[in-house]
Amino acid sequence: MAQRQTEQDLERRFQARVDAEEKIEPKDWMPAAYRKTLIRQISQHAHSEVVGMQPEGNWITRAPSLRRKAVLLAKVQDEAGHGLYLYSAAETLGTTREELVEALHRGKAKYSSIFNYPTLTWADIGAVGWLVDGAAIINQVALQRTSYGPYARAMIRICKEESFHQRQGYEIMLALAKGSAQQKAMAQDALNRFWWPSLMMFGPNDDESPNSAQSMKWKIKRKSNDQLRQEFVDQTVPQIEVLGLELPDPKLRWNEARGHYDFGAIDWEEFYRVIKGNGPCNRQRLQHHIKAERDGDWVREAMRAYEDKRRGREAA
Amino acid sequence: MACNPVRDRSDKNHSDGNMSKQTIVEYATRLGDDALILGHRLSEWCSNGPFLEEDIATINTSLDYIGRARMFLSYAAELEGAGRTEDDLAYTRDCRDFKNLLINELPRGDFAFTTVRQFLVDAFNLFFFEALVGSTDTQLAAIAAKSVKESRYHLRRSRDWMLRLGDGTEESHRRTQTALDDLWGYTDELFHMDPLESELLDTGVAVDRAAVRLRWEPLVTELIDAATLQLPQPYTLPGGGRQGVHTEHLGHLLAELQFVQRAYPGLQW
Ligand SMILES: [Fe+2]
Ligand SMILES: [Fe+2]
Repeated sequence: MAQRQTEQDLERRFQARVDAEEKIEPKDWMPAAYRKTLIRQISQHAHSEVVGMQPEGNWITRAPSLRRKAVLLAKVQDEAGHGLYLYSAAETLGTTREELVEALHRGKAKYSSIFNYPTLTWADIGAVGWLVDGAAIINQVALQRTSYGPYARAMIRICKEESFHQRQGYEIMLALAKGSAQQKAMAQDALNRFWWPSLMMFGPNDDESPNSAQSMKWKIKRKSNDQLRQEFVDQTVPQIEVLGLELPDPKLRWNEARGHYDFGAIDWEEFYRVIKGNGPCNRQRLQHHIKAERDGDWVREAMRAYEDKRRGREAA
Repeated sequence: MACNPVRDRSDKNHSDGNMSKQTIVEYATRLGDDALILGHRLSEWCSNGPFLEEDIATINTSLDYIGRARMFLSYAAELEGAGRTEDDLAYTRDCRDFKNLLINELPRGDFAFTTVRQFLVDAFNLFFFEALVGSTDTQLAAIAAKSVKESRYHLRRSRDWMLRLGDGTEESHRRTQTALDDLWGYTDELFHMDPLESELLDTGVAVDRAAVRLRWEPLVTELIDAATLQLPQPYTLPGGGRQGVHTEHLGHLLAELQFVQRAYPGLQW
């Protein structure tokens, strides 16, 4: 009974700190469910950065100019770095990168469903940078104020690089939109294919998102899925207009009364199908990640063996 | 990068300034091709490395090589004065017109193969570019100065990996020895001087590859020993990269590298 009391006290104090916008740090007491939710969210975020290297890496060897090749390489390198920061942030919660990766390989941990779509043409690399990094920025800017200190700080670092990614993606689209008829068609096609999956990146509608309320109360989440999605739409439609491309959704229309763009219904069936593992590339992405890990087993073993020998020699 | 387009190329040792200019274009193209092709091979490791930190490091090295390729190729294109660009050189030449040394185009293989190749080439590059810094061609010298710094860092990394893999487990040792044996025959080409480079050496533009070998060999031999590996039995392959006589692998690399430019010729991207 006394212990019960203490637990409740701790929770009350914890919530008071969160309400006062104090950051929660690794050594602080936190509710077990808060820790669990954070680990799930940060690991999902970390895996997204890393799995996202695949659809973009798919075009590194085919980038159409040396400058584009270098810029894309640098971007994908940044994403790998984001993965590292985020795995480290998750590790402050008492888990290891190995455990998180294992959960990914067993299909227990998720990553952003957007990376289960294929990059078929060079324009897709433009669309991914522009839309996917654009959507990520909206998510991540909000997360700079998330209640867990290491996660918030990782977001601040990451956001600086994301805006560069979005710009380079948009620049690719701009070059295509100003180019030949074929190039413009390629850009339009990429926009059409990546538009809806980008909207899905923000997750289910608020009334379908049962865990969101608790996450908002804990200030892990700072804005709701629908709020973030609306921000993305409002930001992106004028950019589509600058490109001179057709809107990918006939229902996209400025709503004067709301002060926002209205948009059509999202195909949630598709969303859940992809989440459950049946998107166009789920198996491919996971198998690729597992293969790289398996192919590297002997390398990591060699590192450890060498390190042991070196220490042995030093001790002798 | 500091460009030097107004530099007077009419070398006093050469009655025919155009001839001399053409040889420098060829020399810069060779060096650009070496960097481009190996940088491309390295970029194939993206998302395939043994762990995330290594992916980042490999991309970094790849970026250095691609950056170097751009400097050499854009210099070659500029000096040529025919209105071509670095991309025209990279994306519209066919196999026979690429002049990279064969060691750079071999498929990436396993991590041991990539490591051994990097070690052999990084060591070569360090000494080669240290010499090229003294080139009478200020543009080549400037690119070399940047490349020396990068190569020093690359070599430190590939040396460490040679030690870890050579002296790691039985499997890593075996893989690394196999890679070393397979690559060894391609190293001779690194040191081959043909008439074009000999001529440029006379005018102080090019590097004496024989002198590079005198520094390369002891370093490589010593490290192979430290990594508990065996120096391969000497053998020499025909080479041919500088004449555009490549392995079958280059054509496939180019098919991938050049795909967009070939499918949609003459456009801006
Ligand atoms: Fe990222
Ligand atoms: Fe990004």
